[in-house]
Amino acid sequence: MSSPATSAARTDRSSGTSAPTGERRRRRHAGRYVAPLLLISPSLVVLAVFVYGLIAVNIRTSMTDANDAAIATGREPATFVGLENYVRLLQDADFQHSLANMLLYTVVFLGGALAVGFVWAWLLDKPIKGEGIFRSVYLFPMAVSFVASGVVWRWLLNSNQGDNASGLNRLFEMVGLGFLQNPWWSDPRWGIAAIALPAVWQLAGYVMALFLAGFRGVPEELREAGRMDGASEWKLYRYVIFPQLSPVLLSALIIIGHMSLKVFDLILSIADSSNYSTKVPAVDVLQYKSSFAYADAAAVGTILLLLVALLIIPYLVRTARAEKTR
Amino acid sequence: MRSTRLQTGVVAGVAALGLTLAGCGSDSGGSGGDGGSGGGDASEVEVFTWWAAGSEKAGLDALVAVFDEQHPDTEFINGAVAGGAGSAAKDLLQQRLQTNDPPDTFQAHAGAELQDYIDAAQIEDVSSQFEEFGLTDAVPQDLIDLLTTEDGAIYSIPSNIHRSNVVWANPQVLQDAGLDPEATYSSIDEWIPALQAVQDSGVTALSVGQAWTQVNLLETVLMSDLGADGYIGLWDGSTDWSSPEVTAALEDFDTLMGFTNTDRDGLDWPDATQQVIDGQAGFNVMGDWAEAAFEEQDQVAGEDYTYFPVPGTADQFGFLADSFTLPVGAPHPGGAEAWLETVASPEGQAAFNKAKGSIPARSDVDLSDFSEYQQSAAEDFASATIVPSLAHGAAAPVATLNDITDAVSKFTSGSSDVATLQQEMGAAVNG
Repeated sequence: MSSPATSAARTDRSSGTSAPTGERRRRRHAGRYVAPLLLISPSLVVLAVFVYGLIAVNIRTSMTDANDAAIATGREPATFVGLENYVRLLQDADFQHSLANMLLYTVVFLGGALAVGFVWAWLLDKPIKGEGIFRSVYLFPMAVSFVASGVVWRWLLNSNQGDNASGLNRLFEMVGLGFLQNPWWSDPRWGIAAIALPAVWQLAGYVMALFLAGFRGVPEELREAGRMDGASEWKLYRYVIFPQLSPVLLSALIIIGHMSLKVFDLILSIADSSNYSTKVPAVDVLQYKSSFAYADAAAVGTILLLLVALLIIPYLVRTARAEKTR
Repeated sequence: MRSTRLQTGVVAGVAALGLTLAGCGSDSGGSGGDGGSGGGDASEVEVFTWWAAGSEKAGLDALVAVFDEQHPDTEFINGAVAGGAGSAAKDLLQQRLQTNDPPDTFQAHAGAELQDYIDAAQIEDVSSQFEEFGLTDAVPQDLIDLLTTEDGAIYSIPSNIHRSNVVWANPQVLQDAGLDPEATYSSIDEWIPALQAVQDSGVTALSVGQAWTQVNLLETVLMSDLGADGYIGLWDGSTDWSSPEVTAALEDFDTLMGFTNTDRDGLDWPDATQQVIDGQAGFNVMGDWAEAAFEEQDQVAGEDYTYFPVPGTADQFGFLADSFTLPVGAPHPGGAEAWLETVASPEGQAAFNKAKGSIPARSDVDLSDFSEYQQSAAEDFASATIVPSLAHGAAAPVATLNDITDAVSKFTSGSSDVATLQQEMGAAVNG
């Protein structure tokens, strides 16, 4: 990629000063890109091979009939079947159930983490004593891996009720809130929402940190100006500060949203991969793969990629545009 | 058989990363087999298993001791991978086979689970070794029939046998429920009133764990209600999945699930068996590796716990066997053959099974110093009809088992009815 440019730069030097100034400027302009290109080329190559190359391979696999051991392992040739796997998967009631679960999980996780994180940040906006302690306490859960917290939450979310209850159900029973007991993630319809609880617990602190940075980013003069104009504290937040947080909200939305689409480790450390109530597409990938249904696994992967792209591409476009206008 | 979900998660993550890296290898790696440094290299043998802890590790160590004695020139290399009842190991194995980097020999459940490796031409026919090691005469004929594929070949050497259709019971709990702990039941129908009595006494009647243990329970109900021939017919096509007999069996399964603990989906088998040990549950259906759990806690058979075949299956032995294979392109085929010979030998089988708590596949091993349970299981193995276990890969290939496990989980979570379960199981088996 860079070698023609380098040689161009070399000829430029040897040909001396006789070149017209306009061309020289153009050459110098081209030369400016050589070093940066050289520097980023290793990561470009690695990205091209391991990310985009493999995405291409994945998409190719998803359009073949590699759904049994002989074809999946390459002993028998795979044939191209176009979008057949996608059509079959999307019509399959069980896969629809996985997609619905993912949607529900995303709604609860996103809504929960944003709401809790925002309220925490708002509370901490007013400088108070020991703010650092609160910040750390709320941020700590993020340092725990999903697998480790999943093991603990599996016990907390035990579905036994009444005399045999343990975990949260037991707590409800002890404090006289027995009516709150529920089967948690074993409920086939809403079970996945229970899995979102630990996720909210872990990520709310992170969202808080994002929002807190947003709050602190609002210049003090604006607040003062608002107060001077007689705005109440609530109006100050409502009309001056909140509107300036929308870029933060968008970032939080994207970060939490794409994490939510990829959820896998948390589910697998709470339930097992066959458990119906907690099926999501990422778990299906594992199930299909271990059944030698490589094409189906690849198709689910592609569908997930598209969903994440739907979320991320508008964000990237927006950021790029914002940078251009700057 | 043991698993912790923590390990499963961690290993699954590592495996997923490994897959990404392996993906680019398999395309270009068509040339393959560069590790095959010639026939009969017996300098070492890498043995790939998921026996990394507990009684399984003890068994492997005992087997290695015999191996070192029989084949002192071959160096044993332990390729054990822990986690997830072998699922972590199987994932890793799939990738190694795919990138033409097979171990010298690997552990696999004997029976239908091998079909995928056979379809992928990843393991060698070991019929001649099977005969050479004297297994043809020493192993019961029904087991040989189950090991033999349609084309008449055998692809693995069985090392040990486990039984899937065993009920473990807590006599104290049964007594408290007004039952005779010594009572035997001849059918699921006869067993149900006893379960009801235990439930009425305020404890869980039948403890069960996550999806695969529910499949284990279901297979024993199918054995009981359909009989040995009917049950085997489910897997070879001679029993119709849509028949009313299957419906009745699934309804019995539904009834039994009504007696189980509500937190089942969050438990693995040791937790479910522990409920019987702790007196929180009356009965538990689990394979006979559960015996090790009772023994580890110094429980005395006949006093602290009792065991009997699942009602209606006394004349059946729901078998699952670990076995060893000879992968195509193994780097040290000589070492692998030496390992297989030790696995097949009476000395190897005696040492391994005594430590692991299973019974030898050979019927000519002296069992006098085996445990009481092992001796009774060995007797049943010799006399009962041997039927393949579904939950442990003897009856159906992995893809079928995965589909059935999914369907059972859907059913027991309350998202489908008996008719749907029956239809989905039939579809899983018939493709």
